[in-house]
Amino acid sequence: MSIMGEVELRNRRAVPLRSLPREPVDHFRGSVVEAVTGGLRIVSLFGLPEEGEMTRLVAILADDARGELGATTTLVRDRYPSLTPDCPQAHAFEREIAEQCAVSPVGHPWLKPLRRHLPDHRAERRSNVVLDPQAYPFFRIEGEDVHEVAVGPVHAGIIEPGHFRIQAHGEDVLFLEIVLGYQHRGVERLLETVDAVRAPLIAESIAGDTVIGHGGAYCGAIEALARSRKSPRAQSIRGIALELERLANHIGDLGAIAGDVAYQPAAAFFGRMRGECLNLLMTLSGNRFGRGLVRPGGVAFDLPPAMADAMRAKLEALREELEPVAGLMFQTASVQARLEDVGVVSREQCDALGLVGPVVRARDIARDVRQDHPYGIFRFAHIPVSTAWAGDVHARALVRWLEIRRSLEFVLDQLAALPRGEERVSVRALQPGELVIAMEEGWRGEIAHIVITDERGAIRRHKVTDPSFHNWAAVAAALPGNQISDFPLCNKSFNLSYAGHDL
Amino acid sequence: MFDLLRARLRQGTPTSPFPGNDAEFPERFRGLPVVDSPAPMHPEPSDAAPSALMTVTLDGHPALDVGACLFSPDEATSGTAGTVRFTHDYRMASSTRAGLVSATGEVELAHALEARVRRLFGRSLRLRSVVAGSCGGCEAELIALGNVVFDLARFGVQFVASPRHADGIVITGAVNHNMRAALEKVYDAMPAPRIVIAVGACAISGGPFRGSPEVAGGVPPGLAVDLYVPGCPPHPLTLLDGLLRLLDRLPAERTRATPFTL
Repeated sequence: MSIMGEVELRNRRAVPLRSLPREPVDHFRGSVVEAVTGGLRIVSLFGLPEEGEMTRLVAILADDARGELGATTTLVRDRYPSLTPDCPQAHAFEREIAEQCAVSPVGHPWLKPLRRHLPDHRAERRSNVVLDPQAYPFFRIEGEDVHEVAVGPVHAGIIEPGHFRIQAHGEDVLFLEIVLGYQHRGVERLLETVDAVRAPLIAESIAGDTVIGHGGAYCGAIEALARSRKSPRAQSIRGIALELERLANHIGDLGAIAGDVAYQPAAAFFGRMRGECLNLLMTLSGNRFGRGLVRPGGVAFDLPPAMADAMRAKLEALREELEPVAGLMFQTASVQARLEDVGVVSREQCDALGLVGPVVRARDIARDVRQDHPYGIFRFAHIPVSTAWAGDVHARALVRWLEIRRSLEFVLDQLAALPRGEERVSVRALQPGELVIAMEEGWRGEIAHIVITDERGAIRRHKVTDPSFHNWAAVAAALPGNQISDFPLCNKSFNLSYAGHDL
Repeated sequence: MFDLLRARLRQGTPTSPFPGNDAEFPERFRGLPVVDSPAPMHPEPSDAAPSALMTVTLDGHPALDVGACLFSPDEATSGTAGTVRFTHDYRMASSTRAGLVSATGEVELAHALEARVRRLFGRSLRLRSVVAGSCGGCEAELIALGNVVFDLARFGVQFVASPRHADGIVITGAVNHNMRAALEKVYDAMPAPRIVIAVGACAISGGPFRGSPEVAGGVPPGLAVDLYVPGCPPHPLTLLDGLLRLLDRLPAERTRATPFTL
C-alpha cells in the first residue's frame, strides 16, 4: 500500500512535511479508499492552504492492528472528486474541508454546512465560498402521519447547544439529523495565531471536560516538533491525570444514565463520586478539571509523596464505595430493561463510520490509542482494553464501568511507585517544515492534534480532531428504530462533546 | 431492596455545610488573584504572558481584570500590573463589570438585588441556561451545583426548561455568532422583571477565545448583567456565593467555626 511505509509515521513522531507522498488527486483518492477498504481508519482529513489558489489535502490513516500511521497528500484548486461515496468515514471531514478551505468535494452525497462559518483556512488567492453558512437544507420525510420534532439549540437542561431534527412516525423515529456548529469559536485559527504561552490555555478549552486529554495531545505535538523529552515522572503524572479525568467523566456518565431512566439512588451517588475525582484533580493541579497541569515539557506541578499517599487513601475509599453502587445499577432488573436493546450501533456502522472510543469498545472492537499507538507512560504500564459486545446503551454503560475499575487500578499503581525525574524540562524551538500527529485516548476516545510548521518553525496548521467529530454520526445512526422518548437516554449514553466537535 | 438501603446508609449525608461554615481548599487551589507588589517603575510590557490578558488600564495605571482571568498558573507572573498571585479566596462574584477591575485584584463583591425584585425572587429563583460558544466547563460546574454536595435546590434556586418559566438567564460562553440570535430570542421570551447572570471568563470577557473573529467577547452590551461570576470555570462555591449574595441569603456570620474540606 502506498499510504503506509514510505515514511515511518507513528504517534507523536514528527516527520518532514515534504517526505509525505504527493499524489495526483485520482491516485490520492484511490489510495485512501483502498486503505480504508483494507481495514485502515481515517484519523483526520483536512486542507492545508498552499501558495496562490492551491490547497493541499492531507489524509492521515491509522493501522490500529500494527500500531502504524500512514499519510498521503494531493494538491487541489477549487474541487476534487469526493471520497465519501466510496468511503463514508470521510463524510464529515469533506464537509469540513468545503467549509474551511472553500474546496468542493464533487459528488459528496450530503454536502451541507458543518459548523456554519465562513472559510478560515482558504488559500491566499481564493475568495470563494462553497457552503453558504446561512443556507441549511434539512432532510425531510413526507407521508401520512409522518411528523417532525425539532430540539435545540437551546435545550431543556444545562446542555451545550446543538439542533436535532427528528422525522417520526408516531413515537417511532425514522430519521435523526444533527446540526452542530453552535459552539464554534474558531479554535484552530486561534491555535495557529496566538503565542506559545496562550496556546495551551486554548487547547485546554477545546472541550472543558477533556482538559487533560486535549492538553496532552497538544503538548505531545509540540514536544515532538521540539525534540523535547519529558521525564518518566512527568509522563506518569500525565497518565494519572488522564485516568482521573476518565474516572470523573465515566462515573458522571453512569450517574447521568441512571438519572435518565429515573434510577435516583445511583444518579445521586455517582454524581457525588464524580466530584471526588474532580477534587483529586484539584489537589494535583489547583483546578477541578486539571487546568494548568499539562504543559509543553512535562507538567506544571509535581506530585510529592505525601500527596500521593493522600490520593491513594481517597481512591481506595472510592473503590470501596463504587462497587456497591455499580452493583445496584447493573443488578436492578428495571434499570437493565431500560438500557438493553436501546440505541444499538452495529459493527458495520463502527467500521463504515470510523467510530472511536467506548462506543466501538461496546461493540467488541478493542480500539484504544493507549494500546494501539502507545505513548508516554502507556508504553510501560498497560491498561487492558475493556469491551462489551451488544453495542447498546447497556454495553456503553458497562464498558465505562469496566474502564473505571481498570483506570482506578492504574492510578493506584502509579501513585505507589512514581518514577523519578524533573516535572518539567524546557522546550526548544520547533523544527521547521515538519508534520506531527499526536493522538491521545481521551475518555471519549481518540483525540488527534496534527501540527504542521512552516519554514521558520512557526505553526502553519493546527488540525484538531476530537473523538466527537467521528462519533456524532453514531448518534444519528443509532436512533432510528427507537422511540422518541429514548432520545435523551441514547444521547447520554454517547455523551459527545459539542464544543469538541464545533471547535 | 436491602442493598439499596445499605448503600443509602453508607453514603450518609454528603451535602456540604455551606454557607453555615466555610470551605477549606487544597493548597494548590487558584482562587481570587491579587497583585502582590506594585508595578515596577519601568514595567516591561510582556504581551506574551497570559497575565497581559487580564491587565487593563484603570485611571491611567495598569490594573487587574479578574473578569478576564483564566486562573492558570501561567498567569501568576510578573506583568505590567505587578506580581500576580492566586489566593484561596473563592468569593469573587460582582454586580458590576467595573467591580472586577482594580489595581490590586480586589473585587467589589456582589450586592443584593433591589428590594422589589428580591421580594419576588428571594425564596424562589428560576433560571434558564443558555450556552453560547463555551468549552462546556462552566456548564459542568452549573450541573455540579445540582448534585447532592452543593444542592442548589435547598436555596430555592432551580434551572427550568423554558425561558417562559424563568426569572433569569445564566449565560456561559464567549457569545459566538452562531448563538447570538438564539440568546436574544431566549432573553426576549422571558417575562420581566428578569435578571442576567454572566458565568465564567468567556461570558465576561471572551475568556481564552478573546480575539477570535467568531465570538463577540462576552455578553453583548444590550443585555444588562446583574451578576458577573469570574472563573475558568468558576468553582461551584464561587457560583453559590454569588447567587446567595444576589438574593441576600448569605448568613452574616458563619455558624460553625471549623471549615469543611473539599
